[in-house]
Amino acid sequence: MSVELGHFALILAFSLALAQAFFGLAGATTHRAHWMAAARSAVIGQLVFVVFAFGCLAAAFLRNDFSVLYVAGNSNTELPAFYRVAAVWGAHEGSLLLWLMVLVIWSAAVGVFNRGMSTEFISKVLGVLGLVSGGFALFIIATSNPFERLLPAALQGRDLNPLLQDPALAAHPPMLYTGYVGLAVPFACAVAALIEGKLDANWARWVKPWTIVAWLFLTLGIALGSFWAYYELGWGGWWFWDPVENASFMPWLMATALIHSLSVTEKRGLFKSWTILLAIFGFSLSLLGTFLVRSGVLISVHAFASDPSRGLFILIFLALCIGGALTLYAWRAPRLQSNAGFHIISRESFLLFNNVLLVVAASLILLGTLYPLFIDALNLGKISVGPPYFAVVFLIPMLPLLFLVGIGMHASWKQAKLAAMRKPLLIALGVAALFAVTITLLIYGRMSVLKFVGQLAGAWVILSSLYQPITRWRAGQRVPPGILGMCVAHLGLGVFVLGVTTVESYKIEKDLSLGTGQTVTVGHYDFNWVDTHQVTGPNYDAIEATVRITHDGQEVTVLHPQKRVYHVQTSPMTEAGIDAHWQRDLLVSMGDDLGNGVWSVRVQYKPLVRFIWLGAVIMAIGGFIGLLDRRYRTVKQTAEQTVQVSDPVSVAARS
Amino acid sequence: MWRFLIPGLVFAVLIGFFVIGLKRDPSYVPSPLIGKAAPAFSLSKVEDPTQQVSDKDFVGRKHLVNVWATWCGGCRQEHEFLVAIAKQNVIPIVGIDWKDELPLAQRWLTQLGNPYVATGFDMEGRVAIDYGVYGAPETFLVDEHGIVIYKHVGILTVEVWQNEMLPLITGKATANGART
Amino acid sequence: MMRVRWSAILLSLLLLSPIVRALDSAPAFEDAGLQARYEALTRQLRCLVCQNETIADSGATLAADLRRELREQMAAGKSDAEVLKFMTDRYGAFVLYKPPFEQRTWLLWLGPAGLLLIGMGVAIRVIMQRAKLPEQLDSEEDAIEKGESV
Repeated sequence: MSVELGHFALILAFSLALAQAFFGLAGATTHRAHWMAAARSAVIGQLVFVVFAFGCLAAAFLRNDFSVLYVAGNSNTELPAFYRVAAVWGAHEGSLLLWLMVLVIWSAAVGVFNRGMSTEFISKVLGVLGLVSGGFALFIIATSNPFERLLPAALQGRDLNPLLQDPALAAHPPMLYTGYVGLAVPFACAVAALIEGKLDANWARWVKPWTIVAWLFLTLGIALGSFWAYYELGWGGWWFWDPVENASFMPWLMATALIHSLSVTEKRGLFKSWTILLAIFGFSLSLLGTFLVRSGVLISVHAFASDPSRGLFILIFLALCIGGALTLYAWRAPRLQSNAGFHIISRESFLLFNNVLLVVAASLILLGTLYPLFIDALNLGKISVGPPYFAVVFLIPMLPLLFLVGIGMHASWKQAKLAAMRKPLLIALGVAALFAVTITLLIYGRMSVLKFVGQLAGAWVILSSLYQPITRWRAGQRVPPGILGMCVAHLGLGVFVLGVTTVESYKIEKDLSLGTGQTVTVGHYDFNWVDTHQVTGPNYDAIEATVRITHDGQEVTVLHPQKRVYHVQTSPMTEAGIDAHWQRDLLVSMGDDLGNGVWSVRVQYKPLVRFIWLGAVIMAIGGFIGLLDRRYRTVKQTAEQTVQVSDPVSVAARS
Repeated sequence: MWRFLIPGLVFAVLIGFFVIGLKRDPSYVPSPLIGKAAPAFSLSKVEDPTQQVSDKDFVGRKHLVNVWATWCGGCRQEHEFLVAIAKQNVIPIVGIDWKDELPLAQRWLTQLGNPYVATGFDMEGRVAIDYGVYGAPETFLVDEHGIVIYKHVGILTVEVWQNEMLPLITGKATANGART
Repeated sequence: MMRVRWSAILLSLLLLSPIVRALDSAPAFEDAGLQARYEALTRQLRCLVCQNETIADSGATLAADLRRELREQMAAGKSDAEVLKFMTDRYGAFVLYKPPFEQRTWLLWLGPAGLLLIGMGVAIRVIMQRAKLPEQLDSEEDAIEKGESV
């Protein structure tokens, strides 16, 4: 019964989305206050109905209602309650409902927290958001209804894919969606600005916090996915340049560029059309990702069951949304030019290079991801483009960028006074070079140009990021959140780079067979295969191995990798045994039972691999600190001051 | 001023590619063997393991090479159609039994009918690799000169047989690197 | 009780079946250099069955067969190029995760550097133009002077 209510709520939400779109856009252009108010009510109404619909679906999962087709396909009575909720977004239909709910939450937030911007502007933003959420709601209702019935009801569900029964992976889609669906807000703001034909510093100042929050969640969402893949899949990989991974990374690159571009627009009124374009690109790439994973156009480990008719719907939606935005851009952006200048060496020019390099990076990822499709469509055959390509080509824009980041952070507006900075920066570069040489030659004993440059880049960005906070603290000054946030975020970038370059340069992976009592040495650690025995879990049975690791005779740890078979979906899964440490991870994963107690095993040594995710978390923290800057609270303070001044008692008290 | 049109134009081109892409199957792997000599093989026969079957047995004759296995569900579905074609005596069919168990394969052929002139027992899968097989069932059309002129991946259907393969067999169409 | 035993039997049957996620059943090469080459190659080749994995990681039977082919060829002294040609002769360029450099992939391989050059060119041109324009005051002037804002 309640799923039909959920379905009905969804239809109501769709009509409200259309109302929001109409009243928002028409009300703003015709300056009708009550229409604009209607748009704001519509978005709250949409929120209520979509959350209700989502709740109905979650309730169906929790009470094991297998008369609902989607529940029967993705859940099971043996599934722990926590994962029954996570299963709501475990497949196509439910994840779309999550997408819609996140979008509507963002839209409602815009409808509520909009002090400082004109009613007309907010109305237009809500109008654009209404068009997007309306399109999604229609897509769900028409092609991907999660509330479809299965009659007669199944006695037992098919179970959630065991790979997805994990807390990190339960959190990954909501975080990721909050991130790249959140880019709809700067997108809508950009479109609204194009409609209005004007863009000022106030606009940039208002849009920036929204972008930072979305970027923050996207950073964490991607990091969570990478971390999960690393410890769950057991093969030690943390990024595969899979089309869907790329589909989340490209919006991240655009959002990063957008945050920087917004700074320039906010401070100097420049880069207006860049900022608009980046805002459009960011959300466009999010929509593109949604298309790629559900249309069957590319092969991906993340791909949901593909259906070309769904693919066509999303494609049309994509074409209308983005095509519309880009047409508007071609028409209106030329009038947004400003005539301010800046010196050749200035913060503006560094940020221009920043924009260009990030766009080049995103473009080359797009090129590589779509190239097999291009070749096939042109009847030139079938090729694959994988990690060996991306790993090489991604460095082309990234190495220059990392080098420039270290200097650009300290450049002033209009004309960078870098003379004062030259000595400290050269010292930082020197220390970084020394560090790189120490690591490559002395610690690991393996050197190459790339290994050296990688270490240098990571250390350089870290040291450069520390310069401003340290100088200010030593001078007894406080570091404003805006500056601290920037430095912490770039510090996170440096930590990330250091992690990536160290693990990829110096990791050791060995595929071999081990019998009971045998020992193998990998990376100065001795792995002793003690024995194997059977264990039982809540919804699986497994063979567990005991592996004792020693270093110079001292015991380091005992690992228990498993080979699991889940009761319902009987495909075997491997659970790696991992000894986690900031300096290095040690992994043991079980392959095949070769008989006589001998197993094929993968043993890995991964130095500094945790820095990869630590770096991402530090970046997100930096973004959060930046949000605390008082510029974003200025409007609130002004309002309070106004109240204080006009209060006669306090005026009298002060005089 | 025209530079503002560039993003829109690039996007339009992308959409064009996606529209085409929706009709394609990204997981289909075309065969590089088309137009080249069919790989040589010499395997013991499933029907009689003391005897051998090899590609040389079919020199000068057009023939089909069909890769199958008892563990392959699609092969089970395709089998009846193969038996029907074999009865028409249009073209000899050679079977390659891929990574299977001999007793199971023999029972399969006796119980379900044997459309094959002979079936080679490819226990290690080397012949299948030479033929670039990645998912049974797969069927190759080899001409009288020993050149592979057509490959079909998946269950052989009436449509493919009549529209693609028969014209090539009867010579009403020329070999042109045809694909599914 | 029944269910536990059933799962155990299923588990052992599955472990014997060829579709279990597999690593190498054969011992590693004695020669460390050869083993390193082998491990590098298996990570460059795409599994055609589970098309999202390398043949190093894939549990498919075909992947295991291809790894065996790789080992035998390398033991026979074939070079990396010869082994890769063996694979592409049978499966086409699809099986290579690193696309070959040929006419149809010129855009792919040269595109990124090309994009970089174009991008940098555009950026430099804009910067030169802006350097000639007069600077203007902005509202954040004071905040910047006080060093309280970025």
